Amino acid sequence: MASRLQALWGWFDSRMPSAAEQWKIHASEYYAPKNFNFWYYFGSLAGLVLIIQIVSGIFLTMNYKPDASLAFGSVEYIMRDVSFGWLLRYVHSTGASAFFVVVYLHMFRALLYGSHRAPRELVWIFGVLIYLTLMGEAFFGYLLPWGQMSYWGAQVIVNLFGTIPFIGPDLALWIRGDYVVSDVTLNRFFALHVIAFPLVLLGLIAAHILALHDVGSNNPDGVDIKKTKGADGKPLDGIPFHPYYTVKDLVGAVVFLAIFCVVMFFVPEMGGYFLEANNFIPADALKTPQHIAPVWYFTPYYSILRAVPPIGIDLLGIAPTQFPGVLAMGVGVLIFFFLPWLDRSPVKSIRYRGRLYKSWLAAFVVVFVILGYLGVNPTTVWGQFKFNAFFLDTKDIATWVARLCTIVYFLFFFLMPWYTARDKVKPVPERVTYHH
Amino acid sequence: MNDREKVDKTRRTLVVATGVAGGVATVATAAPFVASMWPSERAKAAGAPVEAEIATLQPGELRVYEWRGKPVWVFRRSKEMLESLKAVEPFLTDPESKYSEQPKYAKNENRSEKPDVMVLIGVCTHLGCSPQMKPAEDKAEMGADWVGGFYCPCHGSKFDLAGRVFRGSPAPKNLEVPPYEFSSDVALMIGEDKEKKGA
Repeated sequence: MASRLQALWGWFDSRMPSAAEQWKIHASEYYAPKNFNFWYYFGSLAGLVLIIQIVSGIFLTMNYKPDASLAFGSVEYIMRDVSFGWLLRYVHSTGASAFFVVVYLHMFRALLYGSHRAPRELVWIFGVLIYLTLMGEAFFGYLLPWGQMSYWGAQVIVNLFGTIPFIGPDLALWIRGDYVVSDVTLNRFFALHVIAFPLVLLGLIAAHILALHDVGSNNPDGVDIKKTKGADGKPLDGIPFHPYYTVKDLVGAVVFLAIFCVVMFFVPEMGGYFLEANNFIPADALKTPQHIAPVWYFTPYYSILRAVPPIGIDLLGIAPTQFPGVLAMGVGVLIFFFLPWLDRSPVKSIRYRGRLYKSWLAAFVVVFVILGYLGVNPTTVWGQFKFNAFFLDTKDIATWVARLCTIVYFLFFFLMPWYTARDKVKPVPERVTYHH
Repeated sequence: MNDREKVDKTRRTLVVATGVAGGVATVATAAPFVASMWPSERAKAAGAPVEAEIATLQPGELRVYEWRGKPVWVFRRSKEMLESLKAVEPFLTDPESKYSEQPKYAKNENRSEKPDVMVLIGVCTHLGCSPQMKPAEDKAEMGADWVGGFYCPCHGSKFDLAGRVFRGSPAPKNLEVPPYEFSSDVALMIGEDKEKKGA
């Protein structure tokens, strides 16, 4: 039997030797630094969530109807009448939020250990493209249940494009395919959600991993393990990805799935953060819900959008426009592309950085969370200032806090060339630190 | 002889020409796909005028009509409400509606053809949500100096009872006034007016 299997493998291998070759390059002989820690789980977890989303998505598509008159009902049908339909839907909705949790942590890991720095700039750029595509994918998917939040969320986001000078209104019309968000919009968002964007996502992920495996993985010390090779030409501080990290990542996957299941079975709506109450009401084009907020993963940017007041120049006859807010929001996302060049520190890892970077990174995390929190709440959440002042165009305290946080958010990036170059760094060891 | 001189110029020209032709063909092929995403003929055709009955409309009452898929408000303003329009002027972004959209007959201090009957497209000029009417009694929620108007739940824009936006709101312009005309003493047609008929 064994020899038969071997013969079969030999037959296969002589016809497609690249299969075994690829396995070696990407797994059994891909040497990854031996000092990966907790933060290194999130890449493989993102891959796991992708698989969960694709599989659950395929089965949801079998019962969902992308038609404005049927969509809401078909989702209710999935929830009530399709065997385990509720499970499929909760897997998919929990998966959407889990995807962003994992991706945000994965990106934060890069900020911690300088994984975006040379020679991994391309890995990072593909990563930011994946993040952008994921945002689009999530946005298109959110319209599909055709609830109130779906409808008004789509209305707001499509209109963001409408504020772009000159081409905006036509662009928004082209995206919607109608003068308002309608059946036409739903139908095309379905096409983009189930086929166009997933294909783009898969291509980008392939590029992300190929680029990573060409230059090799970074590590918590930010030390280049290829500098110190043994007699066999393998990095002394590297271990083959398989079996070492496949097994480690499996542990991460088990823990992740345990948490995922708890959320999915017991709190799938996550108190309105994952699935909003207003989305259980069918879309009504004539009535915006009392409180409208995007899903949590968009709220930091939504807060930035709200914080920037419309600007116009009366003397030049330029009408006030919301475009500056939209621009700030766009720049807030796109600025991640430039991170590898904004960071001028001689060291990569936070372990050898000085107080300046650590403080700025901490401030960035704090304002990101505050902006996220404010974004799910109305601007009146923290009440109003009791006094009048000439500079107060709005008395809402939350709006002013959001403005302050927006400034800190951008300073983190814009001042980065200055404070990273000026920071007092510690000497970086020759080899990775590993105490076991 | 270096590589540069070895180049067959005729062949290179042909390669460039083929490349350009291929590029043009690709763009031309993409055009129908892009064009298919514009509003269809059916979507363009929808948009007939809508009639609103106003005989029984009480002061302070607001009715919503659907016109071109958008909510259109028709409401009647009392004397106090009309007076409030003057009082709020210093706090508005565009009190004279210079940068805002309305038909000529509504470009006045009340933004309406008849002072009491107000017609507005109930779509926030910020990002397209539909604001809600907040009467002057809602001071607890809207602040002590609130004299009545509209509040957008999406991004907190505030408007007065003529749809004019308050300073400090994210909305840049006043709410749009649609074309309309009084078809009789008791009804008006939304989406139809003398100007358009003449044109």
